[in-house]
Amino acid sequence: MTTLPEAATGQTVSGQTKTSAVPGPSPTASLPIEAEQIAFDIKNFSLWYGQRQALMDVTISIPAKKVTAIIGPSGCGKSTFLRALNRMHELTPGIRLEGSLRHFGDDLYGPGVEAVAVRRRVGMVFQKSNPFPTMSVAENVLVGLRLNGVRDKSVLQDRLEKSLHMAALWDEVKDHLNRPGTSLSGGQQQRLCIARSLAVQPETLLMDEPCSALDPIATAKIEELIQTLRETYTVVIVTHNMQQAARCSDRTAFFYMGRLIEFDDTRRMFTNPRNPQTEAYVSGRFG
Amino acid sequence: MIASPYLPTPGYARWRKLKSTAVTAILVVCALAVITPLFLIIYFLLVRGFGSIDWNFFTQLPKPTGEAGGGMANAILGTLILLAMASVVGVPLGILGGIYLAEYGTERANSWLRFAADVLNGVPSIVWGMVIYLVLVVPFKTFSAYAGGVALGLMMVPLVVRTSEEVLILVPQSYREAALALGVARWKVIMVIVVRTALKGIMTGVIVALARIAGETAPLLFTALGNTFWSHSLKEPISALPLQIFAYAISPYDDWHRQAWAGALVLMALILALNITVRVLSRDRSTTL
Repeated sequence: MTTLPEAATGQTVSGQTKTSAVPGPSPTASLPIEAEQIAFDIKNFSLWYGQRQALMDVTISIPAKKVTAIIGPSGCGKSTFLRALNRMHELTPGIRLEGSLRHFGDDLYGPGVEAVAVRRRVGMVFQKSNPFPTMSVAENVLVGLRLNGVRDKSVLQDRLEKSLHMAALWDEVKDHLNRPGTSLSGGQQQRLCIARSLAVQPETLLMDEPCSALDPIATAKIEELIQTLRETYTVVIVTHNMQQAARCSDRTAFFYMGRLIEFDDTRRMFTNPRNPQTEAYVSGRFG
Repeated sequence: MIASPYLPTPGYARWRKLKSTAVTAILVVCALAVITPLFLIIYFLLVRGFGSIDWNFFTQLPKPTGEAGGGMANAILGTLILLAMASVVGVPLGILGGIYLAEYGTERANSWLRFAADVLNGVPSIVWGMVIYLVLVVPFKTFSAYAGGVALGLMMVPLVVRTSEEVLILVPQSYREAALALGVARWKVIMVIVVRTALKGIMTGVIVALARIAGETAPLLFTALGNTFWSHSLKEPISALPLQIFAYAISPYDDWHRQAWAGALVLMALILALNITVRVLSRDRSTTL
């Protein structure tokens, strides 16, 4: 499924100046425009680690039920940006931020909004798979529910199966749900972590380079899985691998030196980027 | 052989080898000197104490002066009760203190806390006894098992705090992040994920602390006092192995001396068992810390 580019996606955000929506000279522009729901509506978002500014005036609308890839060279702020989406960066002391960040209309940084509540809605999968070493496969999947007070056995069983099915892991682990989570292979562990995130039923799933520690076969499985997740969830994935971004995302955002350089339909980003920096990066001339 | 200024002459080589052998010999002697006391202790305890250990020693109360036989059943049970009470006081305080240091404390608060814990660790045990005497014995007008348990428990705290902190810090940050990303409250993440991952290490610290206090006599002299019968209430004085050993060892009776040796052997065996548990616990670190 590829998305129809609409007027709103044709915009290039470069630095502080935001050019107003330019209708893209796309051959499909005349097709009926599908109303698109926005998952993250982010305006003029800046973030500092102490004195160092890591994100500069980022304005972006990340669509719901689509896969958005975030690319850019190391240190460009893409991981920082991702962690700001569910307030994981708050674990680092000395952080300051400005601007607004809304998730389905709700201000994630509004007064009285707790990070715990935000993370229930916006889950995260990390670069290195990290199943809890003291827990079995089943316990790992259900830990989020159990710790949030779900006791009903039938609900837990149901979520266990659904989450593992959705993470394309059920067939491989259904006969040893009680083995330690760490006994699985690397790729299985990462899918277990995805199942664990899905079990608490978030609306959005953030993925921070989820395949960078995996072999090509395990990577292919996760990419395939991302394609099915898009039907239910909004997925934002940070990746170093441009082929991966091209293969499995609908939209791509290119970050460089803390700024959002370009955000567009993935196909166009990789075939006909508007910004020369994007062009240089996606064609492999730097980064 | 190539003549080189860097090659030692045969005479020099011999001298160097001699020096090396001499230094190695000194080190071996020192190493033996380090472990000799342990073997001496075990040897004397076995020689003096083993003969007096029989079934009665573990099941009977001390006999009145002049009567032969009897045992230390009340002291053995008393030590176990005191250790349990000390754990009730010392383990939660120590672990929670360690959690504060590892998870919550600011750099400033932590450095003060660590300093306090290290100073407390060095407080002489008789001083602990005197302070608890003032706080828990004088106001209630009686020596008690409670006072003894609290004295031993507080002595455990600094040790448990520091070892808990050390193993909690070793839990990878990625586990905390993974749990937080599930929308789990921080205290639950710490209690269920982090502490559970570090549980083996924390248990090791607790047992090391228990082994440390199991043989303490001085803090009990002012608090638990000791007695020669079964205790009926924790509000009353209670016996403990070190107290009974002390009382018997300073007595003029040969029979009591033999019992004191037997008591020392049992106490040593208890501490050795605790230390062996630690070794077994800390051997398998494959899945958890």
